[in-house]
Amino acid sequence: MNHTIVALVDDVPGVLNRVASLFRRRSFNIESLAVGHTENPGVSRMTIVVDSDDTSILRLISYLYKLVNVIQVEDLTTKPCVTRDLALIKVKADTENRAQITQIVDVFRARIVDISNSSFIVEITGDEEKIEGFIEVLRPIGIIEMVRTGRVVLARGAAPLYASEKIIDTEKLATAAG
Amino acid sequence: MKLTGAQIVWECLQREGVEVVFGYPGGASLPIYDALHDYNIHHVLVRHEQGAAHMADGYARASGKVGVALATSGPGATNLVTGIATAMMDSVPVVFITAQVHSKLIGYDAFQEVDVTGITLPITKHNYLVTDVKDIAHTLREAFYIARTGRPGPVLVDITKDAQQNSIEYDPDSEPIHLRGYRPTALPVEDDIQKAVTMIHSAKRPVILAGHGVLQSGAMKEVLEFAERTQTPVAMTLLGISGFPASHPLNLGMMGMHGEAWVNHAIQDADLLLAFGMRFDDRVTGDVRRYATHARKIHIDIDPAEINKNVRVDLALVGDLSQTLEQILKHVKPGRHDEWLASINEMKGSSSVRDIQNLPDNGHLYAAHVINDLWNITKGNAVIVTDVGQNQMWTAQYYRQDNPSQFITSGGLGTMGFGLPAGIGAKFGQPDKEVWVICGDGGFQMTQAELATAAQEGIKVNIAILNNGYLGMVRQWQEFFYDRRYSATPMKSPDFIKIADAHGLTGMRVTTRADVETAIQTARETEGTVVIDFRVEKEDSVYPMVPTGSELKEMIRRPLPAAVAVNEAVKVEA
Repeated sequence: MNHTIVALVDDVPGVLNRVASLFRRRSFNIESLAVGHTENPGVSRMTIVVDSDDTSILRLISYLYKLVNVIQVEDLTTKPCVTRDLALIKVKADTENRAQITQIVDVFRARIVDISNSSFIVEITGDEEKIEGFIEVLRPIGIIEMVRTGRVVLARGAAPLYASEKIIDTEKLATAAG
Repeated sequence: MKLTGAQIVWECLQREGVEVVFGYPGGASLPIYDALHDYNIHHVLVRHEQGAAHMADGYARASGKVGVALATSGPGATNLVTGIATAMMDSVPVVFITAQVHSKLIGYDAFQEVDVTGITLPITKHNYLVTDVKDIAHTLREAFYIARTGRPGPVLVDITKDAQQNSIEYDPDSEPIHLRGYRPTALPVEDDIQKAVTMIHSAKRPVILAGHGVLQSGAMKEVLEFAERTQTPVAMTLLGISGFPASHPLNLGMMGMHGEAWVNHAIQDADLLLAFGMRFDDRVTGDVRRYATHARKIHIDIDPAEINKNVRVDLALVGDLSQTLEQILKHVKPGRHDEWLASINEMKGSSSVRDIQNLPDNGHLYAAHVINDLWNITKGNAVIVTDVGQNQMWTAQYYRQDNPSQFITSGGLGTMGFGLPAGIGAKFGQPDKEVWVICGDGGFQMTQAELATAAQEGIKVNIAILNNGYLGMVRQWQEFFYDRRYSATPMKSPDFIKIADAHGLTGMRVTTRADVETAIQTARETEGTVVIDFRVEKEDSVYPMVPTGSELKEMIRRPLPAAVAVNEAVKVEA
């Protein structure tokens, strides 16, 4: 199943390479990956979607902790979260179908952010399901080009993820043994 | 005090207590080498950077300190790669310093430019690219700290030529180490300690699996105390050898693919396995699904990533082994396992009938004879450094090492060519000890050039080449699993006596068992490095052997000589 892993890492050159290289050499497949700054200077946040079973995810998390630049890792898959993906879609728009596209855009609460003689760029945010649905509706009209950010998540509630210390739940590791 | 980056490199090494560096100079490392004149650190000039890496590795394993290897940019750095991976797989603390082209040239395919931090990313515990002189001091401090703490490992620091050349006000204490994502130490919670103690008290057939962690944590005393108090037999991984005295009655010997029958039987029949600083490597477990299925398992390791990686365990104690055992020992009551130990001993009895060293001298020289006699003559006190292959397994089986850190071998990566350079490094690590390198004719030739290093340094390392004219371990697999179709394994070697002679060293040849002792004694008494070419049985194999994917009890055994076979058959029936 798809897991959403959030990793807080040092904001230093090469850190993305270190994390990506780890996934590759330990045979994990990255479905999507989003990186950006956080509220803490010097800390970047990676949101990684990976397709794997629960036991392997625990293994993956402990591998991630072996990286000196990795500060904290959380699996947010089963936690209550706000989940968002953003897509920019360039779609064919001539005089005949402009009204139709505008209507679809309204229904999905997307936005038209650029207009040319023959195209629109549409921006949509939401969970993947919503975006997939939107894309399917636009496809017959003619998608020229598309870009997506990949999933980003934030756990609901007031508590931040950042714990300032590495926490390795060894008990969890052991009980996962079953 | 204003210093150049190159001077700061040596200042830092001095501060870390580094006495010897193994390296090879080049264009990009010229400033570092120029600054060396002003520092009292011994530089060993190797003949190939791979040699420098293995020497620093052997030095670290023998001394318990952090080893240091130094190479220039480009090919100098790439030549280190095998040695870095070797140190990584065996968790050996080594700091590799490589020079890099001028920071302005990085990314332009400059002469001798290579992305060494990229190349070594998966084979280092951590690595750094330093492009600014102000970062050299704290980076090197971090490098040594990371290399030796937690689960040790190699750290590489790549320093550009301009960072070496530029000057800065040097203050050794300017920046404290701040690694917010690095927490090398952990201790198990008391609750888990109690669980472990309960499991230990209720065990009827316990076995300790002692790994490299015993040596690295310095837990020899605690393991001994634990084994004796609970009367638990100790099986060792290849790298665990010397962590528990081989002469101790509770010692079982090496486990796994080439472990003796009684060791693997004991593991498969155990009801509790105590894994001390080991990682259930595939060479140790055989078929994982059929590995010790009756046993509950307690795993003590400092690296949480090793828990449940290869074998699922019932209780994991993540922490330093010696501290964790100390905690456990506070609660563990003395125990007895007479019946269990007796049953293991019984197995020993029948297995030793097949033991090659007990076979009568029939004119053939077996590798086992050489190792056994070497053990006898050196009274088990030499530092033994092996290469990889049959020579390694025979040494592990027949040199019964009692002294910690005196058995050095490339376990995880299985690097042929490791023996000679690691032996040279080990000699620098334990200069007062007698050092023997045991290698095959194949592995010796891989790094034979380092004989010149030994000669230039004037150090004494004794080299026993078990020369069977084959790449023996591969030949053995071809014999067992490929119908004796020997492909690219027969090997013609140069005259090793002449090779030694060409280096101004002593060379000898031994072809019969009767001459083994004299040769070894002569080697010990001769000044300087000595090479002995032991012409051993050509198609001998390492027994027993658990083929890959088999269960530990499914062993290929040494064929019995006719006379013994009769006795054995009678015994089996009885």
